[in-house]
Amino acid sequence: MYWEPENETMKRDEREQLQLERLEATLNRVHMNVPFYRKKFDSLGIDTDDIRSLDDIRKLPFTTKNDLRDNYPYGLFAVPLREVVRIHASSGTTGMSTVVGYTKNDIKTWSNLVARILTAAGITKDDVIQIAFGYGLFTGGFGLHYGAERIGASVIPISSGNTARQIKIMQDFRTTALICTPSYALLIADTIAEMGIGINSFSLKYGLFGAEPWSEAMRKEIQDKLKIVATDNYGLSEVMGPGVAGECTERNGLHINEDHFLVEVINPETLEAVAPGEVGELVITTLTKEAFPVIRFRTRDLTRLIPEPCPCGRTLRRMHRVMGRTDDMLIIKGVNVFPSQIEHVLFDIEGTEPHYQIIVDRKGAMDDVTVKVEVSEPIFFDEMKKQNELVDLIKRRLASELGIGVGVKLVEKKSIERSEGKAKRVIDLRKI
Amino acid sequence: MLKIRNLEAGYGKLKVLRRVSMHVAPGEIVTIIGANGAGKTTLLNTISGLIRARAGEIVFDGKEVGRMPAEKVVLLGCSLVPEGRQVFSSMTVKENLILGAYVQYRRNKKDLLPAGLAKVYGLFPVLKDRERQLAGTLSGGEQQMLAIGRALMGEPRLIMMDEPSMGLAPLIVKDIFAIVRRLREEGNTVLLVEQNAKAALRIADRGYVIETGRIILQGTAEDMLANKDVQRAYLGRDLDAETMV
Repeated sequence: MYWEPENETMKRDEREQLQLERLEATLNRVHMNVPFYRKKFDSLGIDTDDIRSLDDIRKLPFTTKNDLRDNYPYGLFAVPLREVVRIHASSGTTGMSTVVGYTKNDIKTWSNLVARILTAAGITKDDVIQIAFGYGLFTGGFGLHYGAERIGASVIPISSGNTARQIKIMQDFRTTALICTPSYALLIADTIAEMGIGINSFSLKYGLFGAEPWSEAMRKEIQDKLKIVATDNYGLSEVMGPGVAGECTERNGLHINEDHFLVEVINPETLEAVAPGEVGELVITTLTKEAFPVIRFRTRDLTRLIPEPCPCGRTLRRMHRVMGRTDDMLIIKGVNVFPSQIEHVLFDIEGTEPHYQIIVDRKGAMDDVTVKVEVSEPIFFDEMKKQNELVDLIKRRLASELGIGVGVKLVEKKSIERSEGKAKRVIDLRKI
Repeated sequence: MLKIRNLEAGYGKLKVLRRVSMHVAPGEIVTIIGANGAGKTTLLNTISGLIRARAGEIVFDGKEVGRMPAEKVVLLGCSLVPEGRQVFSSMTVKENLILGAYVQYRRNKKDLLPAGLAKVYGLFPVLKDRERQLAGTLSGGEQQMLAIGRALMGEPRLIMMDEPSMGLAPLIVKDIFAIVRRLREEGNTVLLVEQNAKAALRIADRGYVIETGRIILQGTAEDMLANKDVQRAYLGRDLDAETMV
């Protein structure tokens, strides 16, 4: 099932022509309408007329989150405010928020792209969708809401929080699709189990999860506990919000809406393109945005492109699920460590819960890492020996995955704070 | 069908097209809108081979035509209805049409001529009525029909029209746009350059806005009609006045 079959299955060379046309028009518009880009290009001696192929985009400078902050609130808008019909701001997980705007056409495009992702995930107009993303300045709630209405599904705009109420409504309203962060889905699943409600009394079939990195193991856990098909989707407010990329039911990578976004993967240190298929930072240029176009925006998200065709028939290239963020990337004893690697290890170990926290500190001149892991209840009543065995097992597995030794501390179930939005996995206490 | 990448063209020292990329798919009506002097006519003339491209590619049906002479481009199936109609006024209507079939002679297919004439007369019965009349004595609207008919005689797969509504009375303009729509319904592909942006976008599938030799906007005709820049610059809507009310 496709939402826009022609665009989603377009031949590669036709799409590249479309991308080039849209890139050139976008560059002409930002040069005309956004002083920030004009000054930046001019000061670097870049003539946008010299951008003549998709690869030529590498001649242009990057745009960063800091550029967005420096131009707070409206400095990067490419249309006058009276043409803007919606304003959102980034969730500000890490720092001051940034402001983005949408024209009427942008909202239409956005709804269509989210509709593509919902359709790819198996959702149809017959579904009852519970959107447990926060509504408000955060793009998650409204973005998915408009897309879900676009396909004609029944939308429950419950927003985030109040887990007991979420569960009651899910049961009473016969919700068939749940949309939230993966960590919140897991919290809902665990709460259902604690309340002693059988999962078969729910009508859930699908879950679309995004807004934070999660692992394959976590997907398995969510799918098993909620008895759903769980798909990953990707977006960020600076670029549009949800709708940038999403998985089809193959669940093997996220199809990027390449006719609207030009993506690159770069090495975050050298800033050069990585070899095809290698992991690096995702960089996005918008191709159709009117109010808030961005040129080579550094997402800080780490992923890799999957060039192989997908059995679903979409010709939109896929990206691997986000593996972490460059700013979550911990450099410990000189080694790059991603929380997702730790998560991956923990999920495979019997007796641990999928809740963990990474605490980084410095002892003398040395980095010191402790991973706090929740364990399932029975083990705490068991003898000390078993606890030690578990700690050793986790330490060994982590050391082989990360290449450095880290401390492990077992904690009681539910002692790590639960999140209704994005989970906070890393606490960095280092003062350098 | 037509694919253009980074086209540059101009006259003497004057650069008119700075960097134009666009495409037309089979069966589409695509319109190019823009102000006077933006490069619309230069673009069509360059595709037609009347002006040589300075850089970039023009690919028609898989063949690079950017440096091809005009007669070869017509032979490949790409015909131009030029701005200001440019019919041969001292020749009859029929002679004008037969000249349009010149490529059929080159292909030794002159036996197709009666069928071509019948087709054009079917589309424009008034031309049949005036078959023996000198083209210069026709009204503006009739001359436009003749110019379109002449282009159709070459059996083009892509018809390019340069300002077909120019200088015509509003009622006649309506007829001309109805004809463009009908051409598409009969399986033709149309690239339409117009200053009458609203009328053009209403019949087109997609559109491009050209400004000082560069494409600044592209998209479905529906999206372009909704775009405020297009409304202000090309659809004659005074948005400031509207917001005041």
